[in-house]
Amino acid sequence: MSGDRRKRTLALGTRSAVHFLCLLPLAVLLVQGGIGDLGANPIEALIRGLGDWALRFLVVALAVTPVRRLAGWPGLASYRRMVGLWAFAYAGLHVSAYVVLDQYFDWTNIGGEILKHKFITAGMLALTLLMPLAATSTRGMIRRLGGVRWRRLHRLVYLAGPLAAVHYVWMVKADIRQPLVYLAIVAGLLACRVALWLHSRSHIRQ
Amino acid sequence: MLIRHQSDLRPSEITSRQSYLSRRQWMAGAGAAFLTAVTAGGGAKASALGTIAKTAYTIDEKQTSLEDVTHYNNFYEYGTDKEQPAKLAPGLLKPRPWTVRISGECKTTASVDVDDLIRTSTLEERVYRHRCVEAWSMVIPWVGVPLAPLLQRFEPTSKAKFVAFETLSDVAQMPGERSSLIYPWPYREGLRIDEAMHPLAFLAVGLYGEALPAQNGAPIRLVVPWKYGFKSIKSIVAIRFVEQVPPTLWNALAPEEYGFYSNVNPTVDHPRWSQAKERRIGEFLRRPTLMFNGYGEQVAGLYAGMDLKKFF
Repeated sequence: MSGDRRKRTLALGTRSAVHFLCLLPLAVLLVQGGIGDLGANPIEALIRGLGDWALRFLVVALAVTPVRRLAGWPGLASYRRMVGLWAFAYAGLHVSAYVVLDQYFDWTNIGGEILKHKFITAGMLALTLLMPLAATSTRGMIRRLGGVRWRRLHRLVYLAGPLAAVHYVWMVKADIRQPLVYLAIVAGLLACRVALWLHSRSHIRQ
Repeated sequence: MLIRHQSDLRPSEITSRQSYLSRRQWMAGAGAAFLTAVTAGGGAKASALGTIAKTAYTIDEKQTSLEDVTHYNNFYEYGTDKEQPAKLAPGLLKPRPWTVRISGECKTTASVDVDDLIRTSTLEERVYRHRCVEAWSMVIPWVGVPLAPLLQRFEPTSKAKFVAFETLSDVAQMPGERSSLIYPWPYREGLRIDEAMHPLAFLAVGLYGEALPAQNGAPIRLVVPWKYGFKSIKSIVAIRFVEQVPPTLWNALAPEEYGFYSNVNPTVDHPRWSQAKERRIGEFLRRPTLMFNGYGEQVAGLYAGMDLKKFF
């Protein structure tokens, strides 16, 4: 009984720590913005900062399952939703900052940019694909959809991840080394899943 | 003869009434100190660069702060982040002694020492709009000399159809030049000869009355205010008169994104973003981008009959 309780306290502590870590970049960006430490173009710096962290958390969320399977840490699964929701939160703030601060609700121009410029198309598509995932992230929604359907729906992240990375690659002017690193990691994580899937399938056959 | 000495520009067309009147006052003998205190538009002032003459080339728009002008720079020789040049360039770039080699299709070739040029020229202040291809802009008070009279000293021949500019090539002073797999260093830019001879084309050796900071392209850089900022090449070591269109760095990297002309044009979008509006650094709302960055009256004639959507 007391062992169970200790475990629960520990889990609560870890969860709080993960939330805190996920919140930290946002807090730093807001403080920097507040004290005028975001450089000469603070709006651009804020939008880029939020986008960077959205992509980073998306990569972390995508890494949870392979790491859990390969390292044999089943407990990691509960952090996948948390990090995934944080990725969605950063992506939402990233787009909100673009709409409000960068474009100031110039919907005509925003519509044009989404249609004309493929890096924005890719980014918007990635966010759109994440929306149903965030909306169905609660336990109640999982139950209502049923495990199989829920899992199938959440495979959309396999599209959203690469799209977010491609959004970054297409945005950069010439030196695409850093965005390519993100794209490579996303590709690697998806390849991991394919490998794990093939592996488990061959095991079932035997 | 290709070289144009004159343009249709009349000073009264581009000078605000305020600065025009101030200049009158100054010529009438009012104290320079009085004028510097009262208006931003008139008089002459002394600095490390010597006497700087105020000119009709100014605009009635709020100047971007010195802090922003010197800490938000695209100078890939010091990295691709805009904050990096201010951190790295002052410690690495040695702007003195510095010579600019002038050669090619001209009667006399020479190495011009930058200090000699400053000593023997009447330095002017010009307040120009600066529009980056990335859709942000500034207003900068440059100090320097007009390009045309300098070029004419070397008597370009009839074969001189273009002018090619080149930045210093030295990885010790410009560590960003190490990434030679991505960028065909050194930085190169070019103008058509009539563009180079236009009275607005300017060689800056300073800004805000002081010598050019390293991160802004010390000790000498080009300023062509009707073109996107990347045309205004920094830290120039060579100027060549050439017959063919000279290769330029951004154009070589992505010809569909960065044309040779790269005139500021709100109606021709960059493939990845709109050029219709720009963010003036320090302002919140984007402002509409002006054709030729607001210098159409002076430079549109250079491109008469050209399809600017094709020759972007």
